[in-house]
Amino acid sequence: MKTMQARLAALPVIALVLLAAANQAAPPRRIVSLIPAVTEMLFAIGDGQRLVGVTSYDHFPPEVSRIARVGGLLDPDVERILALRPDLVIVYNTQVELKQRLDRAGIGYYSYEHRALPDITATLRAIGARIGSADRANAAAAGMERAFAAIRSNLSGTAHPRTMLVFERDPSSLRNIYASGGYGFLHDMLEAAGGRNVFDDLKQQSVEVTTEIALARQPDVIIELWYGDSVSALDLPRRRLAWNALGSVPAVRNHRVYELVGDEFVVPGPRVVDATRRLARTLHPEKYR
Amino acid sequence: MQPIRTRLAIAVVVFGALLLGALAFAPLVGSTPISLARVFDRSVPFADNLDAQIFFIARLPRVVAAALIGASLAAAGAVFQALLRNPLATPDTLGVSSGAALGAMLAITFHLDFSVSGLPTIPLASFAGSLCALGVVYALATGRRRGLSTTVLLLAGVTMTGFLSALTLFIQYLADFTATFRTVRWLMGSLDIGSYGPILTVLPMLIVAFGMFATLPRPLDLISLGADAAAARGVNVARAERSALISASLATGAAVSIGGPISFIGLVVPHLVRLFVGSDHRLVLPSSALFGAVFLIVCDLVARTAFAPIELPVGIITAVIGGPFFLWLLTRASR
Repeated sequence: MKTMQARLAALPVIALVLLAAANQAAPPRRIVSLIPAVTEMLFAIGDGQRLVGVTSYDHFPPEVSRIARVGGLLDPDVERILALRPDLVIVYNTQVELKQRLDRAGIGYYSYEHRALPDITATLRAIGARIGSADRANAAAAGMERAFAAIRSNLSGTAHPRTMLVFERDPSSLRNIYASGGYGFLHDMLEAAGGRNVFDDLKQQSVEVTTEIALARQPDVIIELWYGDSVSALDLPRRRLAWNALGSVPAVRNHRVYELVGDEFVVPGPRVVDATRRLARTLHPEKYR
Repeated sequence: MQPIRTRLAIAVVVFGALLLGALAFAPLVGSTPISLARVFDRSVPFADNLDAQIFFIARLPRVVAAALIGASLAAAGAVFQALLRNPLATPDTLGVSSGAALGAMLAITFHLDFSVSGLPTIPLASFAGSLCALGVVYALATGRRRGLSTTVLLLAGVTMTGFLSALTLFIQYLADFTATFRTVRWLMGSLDIGSYGPILTVLPMLIVAFGMFATLPRPLDLISLGADAAAARGVNVARAERSALISASLATGAAVSIGGPISFIGLVVPHLVRLFVGSDHRLVLPSSALFGAVFLIVCDLVARTAFAPIELPVGIITAVIGGPFFLWLLTRASR
């Protein structure tokens, strides 16, 4: 009798556990992504059709143009996000206020942060597990890792030139230069592509580069990344001209200042493989003939 | 008391010596040690001489820019304070700096920075912004009755500063996402100009401004006794006021267009200088210009060496040094 009662008493608990498990297991079907990199990951593993909202700055893949825009990192449109009735929102880790509001609304979220290159595949796997597409996500992540291993092995034995990877600068002068420091996905991409970062010692994602520091670090190669709406290939030779003022920098003296255009350099998603290949081709053209 | 000429000579010699010292010392120091012997070693071509390039391209332009900007903002501050007979009047509090910043920001955001017609657009937009802001403030202050109401002028200036800063933020907000960071950084002030170009483009504006400043001390001295008293002594008050406002706007616009809105110099420097030379504008104006130059050179030196090789925005240094210093000055004055 007593055991029967105990079993009966346990029933609601078991039911709750089962319910919670079922709830957990139901993969999200309506996803809002405030992170372009994660948006690209979802498309790469074939789950792009589950996206109901993306940022106002998404351009890739072209299918995103059909998805509702909900602002971005600094200005997420919370009303519009809630109106889309998502069951999962991908947020940036620093969007604390947004996370609190999602908590209050009972909407689950995945907190993302830009970090180093291995974190990209780790994020891909974690997102896959979260949305019930673990197999495809793991396969895609493994594919990326193989691609990186191939790039690295192709370049093993080559000399790695000391490179300054610039991702921000005034187009017409050498003011407001920002380059990759010795930490983060840009740094890792540069190393994978057979370059040695001149700011290896500064363990931060970005370094403000004054003309003095650019001169003092003496990079053998300067690669500048341009992205956004306002870049045309016509501008690039003129943009490169600004560096001619620093003739004692080996990269300038030896005409090894390169201008590359593309969003894939600054969106740490699946396209970092292509971006790294472009860096590798720029640094080691002889290996890609 | 000594005659004014002697005191002026002493002030110019002392502050001039400080400036020469700063000009000589600042380019020698930085995040990278350089050797003066190698800088002036003619046997190595300039294009291959790293020390010379650091000295002449990375350091000298920014030290010269710091001197010119510091002198302009400090002199403009001294002029505003005299003209408005109010110790709080500065390019920052009158909306002149934010007008200049808005003008420059418009030029940068809409990609007017490629000077197609040969005219430098950013300094001109910056000057236009400062003059418009001051024009509105001035019209409000003189509109209701004859003469200048300093209370209205200051209140209108503070309001304009808030209003124009909001417009600047609005433009930033609309701009391309990738440009946002660049414009935010610009608002913190930076002197790493990397060439002499920006200095040369504003030099004509600065020459006109300082030429006009040179005519101002006597009228300003008399105006600071009161407009009526000045008029009674033969000063054309309206003309002196106009010339003071235009020259100070010109100097502020030129300064902001090179280095961004660098705050506190127009407030701190003239007050500090008055502690030493008294309130005669024949002394205050040249001393402020000279000491303003020294002040910004030193602040920039701190900005680029304190956390080397990481650089701090110079506007943060001037505010961090200038703010507490000014508060100390206030407590000292009230005692």
